[in-house]
Amino acid sequence: MAPVLQSSQPWVEKYRPRQVKDVAHQDEVVRVLTNTLETTNCPHMLFYGPPGTGKTTTALAIAHQLFGPELYKSRVLELNASDDRGINVVRTKIKNFAAVAVGSARHGGYPCPPYKIIILDEADSMTEDAQACLMPCGAPWRHTQKLQDSSSFVITSAGIIGMGMSLITGPIIEPLASRCAKFRFKPLTEEIMSSRILYISKEEGLNLDSEALSTLSAISQGDLRRAITYLQSAARLFGSSISSKDLISVSGVIPGDVVQALFSACRNGNFDMADKEVKNVIAEGYPVSQMLSQLYDVIVESDDISDEQKARICKKFAEADKCLVDGADEYLQLLDVASNIMRAISNMPQECSFGS
Amino acid sequence: MEQDCPHLLFYGPSGSGKKTLIMALLRQMFGASADKVKVENKNWKVDAGTRTIDIELTTLSSTHHVELNPSDAGFQDRYVVQEIIKEMAKNRPIDTKGKKGFKVLVLNEVDKLSREAQHSLRRTMEKYSASCRLILCCNSSSKVTEAVRSRCLNMRINAPTEGEIVNVLEFIGKKEGLQLPSGFSGRIAQQSNRSLRRAILSFETCRVQQYPFTSNQAISPMDWEEYVSEIASSIFKEQSPKRLFEVRGKLYELLINCIPPEIILKRLLYELLKKLDSELKHEISHWAAYYEHRLRLGQKAIFHLEAFVAKFMSIYKGFLIETFG
Ligand SMILES: Nc1ncnc2c1ncn2[C@@H]1O[C@H](COP(=O)(O)OP(=O)(O)O)[C@@H](O)[C@H]1O
Ligand SMILES: [Mg+2]
Repeated sequence: MAPVLQSSQPWVEKYRPRQVKDVAHQDEVVRVLTNTLETTNCPHMLFYGPPGTGKTTTALAIAHQLFGPELYKSRVLELNASDDRGINVVRTKIKNFAAVAVGSARHGGYPCPPYKIIILDEADSMTEDAQACLMPCGAPWRHTQKLQDSSSFVITSAGIIGMGMSLITGPIIEPLASRCAKFRFKPLTEEIMSSRILYISKEEGLNLDSEALSTLSAISQGDLRRAITYLQSAARLFGSSISSKDLISVSGVIPGDVVQALFSACRNGNFDMADKEVKNVIAEGYPVSQMLSQLYDVIVESDDISDEQKARICKKFAEADKCLVDGADEYLQLLDVASNIMRAISNMPQECSFGS
Repeated sequence: MEQDCPHLLFYGPSGSGKKTLIMALLRQMFGASADKVKVENKNWKVDAGTRTIDIELTTLSSTHHVELNPSDAGFQDRYVVQEIIKEMAKNRPIDTKGKKGFKVLVLNEVDKLSREAQHSLRRTMEKYSASCRLILCCNSSSKVTEAVRSRCLNMRINAPTEGEIVNVLEFIGKKEGLQLPSGFSGRIAQQSNRSLRRAILSFETCRVQQYPFTSNQAISPMDWEEYVSEIASSIFKEQSPKRLFEVRGKLYELLINCIPPEIILKRLLYELLKKLDSELKHEISHWAAYYEHRLRLGQKAIFHLEAFVAKFMSIYKGFLIETFG
């Protein structure tokens, strides 16, 4: 195996941009933050968007650039899903943090504005108790006002909230969201992904042909973190020359022939054959959720299945997906899906005939 | 595995050798000292704002790694994971070159980890990546959130094929100095459902039951499987409230013996499918999936197992009446 450069960090960390200007493709937020660096005016901000698009990176970068390594600890509070964010913890932590007033002397060449930054990373992971947990996150604002009244210091806490896709549409955070400048982080384009990947490959001394490069961009679907993890995985397993096949094998994508085998068994209409294929998928350890999404593509693109049949099948896919999320058994769900595909294709009635 | 390995996620069916692989990997990373493990009952006091939570959990650890089943802590699993990782980050081992090394945290059954705990891993995996590497292990990666998966090198471990199982059995036979009649190991492999653990176990059972082996020696299924098979034939014979009541007792018996309900259901389906017409196969497998899902959401497994049996009875009876009048 060809030698690969050694380092004690996963590449995702190693190649995390340290400066706001190095964050690619998120022009709007970069513009606003560059401005912040000059004027030190920092609005409350809400970053949202799919994973691996630079939300955490940007938040950390601006905090570092504003305060520098020395003051970072005392000026920036990073709360993420790994910390306990129960109502009380959030309240006390933020209160204690914000209660100590700060001055605005420039320090070591950093702007060091007279406020603190609170980064609430992964705010969306609190989906279920979001109501209970997110509202107190509004505390710094209320709290700030109280402090302003009772003391002669003027303190502003700037809050940066980073979150994933899911919550922004929910009504819960509306009161919070309305007080923030919202920035949507777009999925990265293939060109941006490719150029970043090429850069890392060069640094690490890897050989990537153009096919491998476009495969990597395609399978990571705009998520640069995933792309980098796949790249490092492939480098570990296959050495410094990486082909498109190597990347597919580390990405967890199921080989096309396995998907086809299951699909043809279903087309064939023989229950036992389909059952055997399903058992095989399970024994081979392929994740059923992945199988469903690939099978879905195959079925939607099939020309010889009518729209009505497709609709019937897709409905079942949706049900199975939900069941899997609930933790239902993978074998039983995939078998049920396979059985439904068979029945749809051979136009068997949807309703069960004997059960009442 | 050198220093720059990402976090790892091993997934695959049970009996495919994930644990063995992980142990071998640790040995390769850290040498023999990874084998010197001690079992500890650890206590944590976690400060959760207004109250402190006491958590007790068994861990397996060497100087280089800690292994645990976080899901044993139930809904408090995320505290455990966080505490351990922070603890590890504090006491980093020093390697031979005087550099700070990293520790490995092996988490089993991550698919059973609560959603909160999985989410809480996301940033932690990034933040403490210099001091702590995670090895996650689970049966189905569908149940691990995308956020965690995309932070790991995903390693699929497939179950051994029947041919591979045969090879292992013959190897064991040779080591133990046993005479294997031809086709004997093949038959064990066939009945093992591609689980090596299972195959070796029935090999051992056969050895106890009768040696020298004969070529037509019966390879007995596990007790509980036989029990399920009896349930299947009894509900084929009669579909009545009385029979349902009897079956209920048997199901209870299985549950009391710690056979997981979804395993019972799957085995029962397997037995039923053997004897059903194609059309009914579709129907019964649908209801099996339906009741297993319900079983996950509910609390009392017996209700759902029983409901499945009742459903089967009703469908089968309807079928019999339609066909034979
Ligand atoms: N816009 C971007 N420009 C450059 N690198 C990026 C960008 N987005 C993501 N990355 C890379 O992906 C990794 C994960 O990004 P991160 O900011 O943690 O994503 P998230 O949006 O999920 O918080 C980073 O280490 C970085 O290397
Ligand atoms: Mg993030």
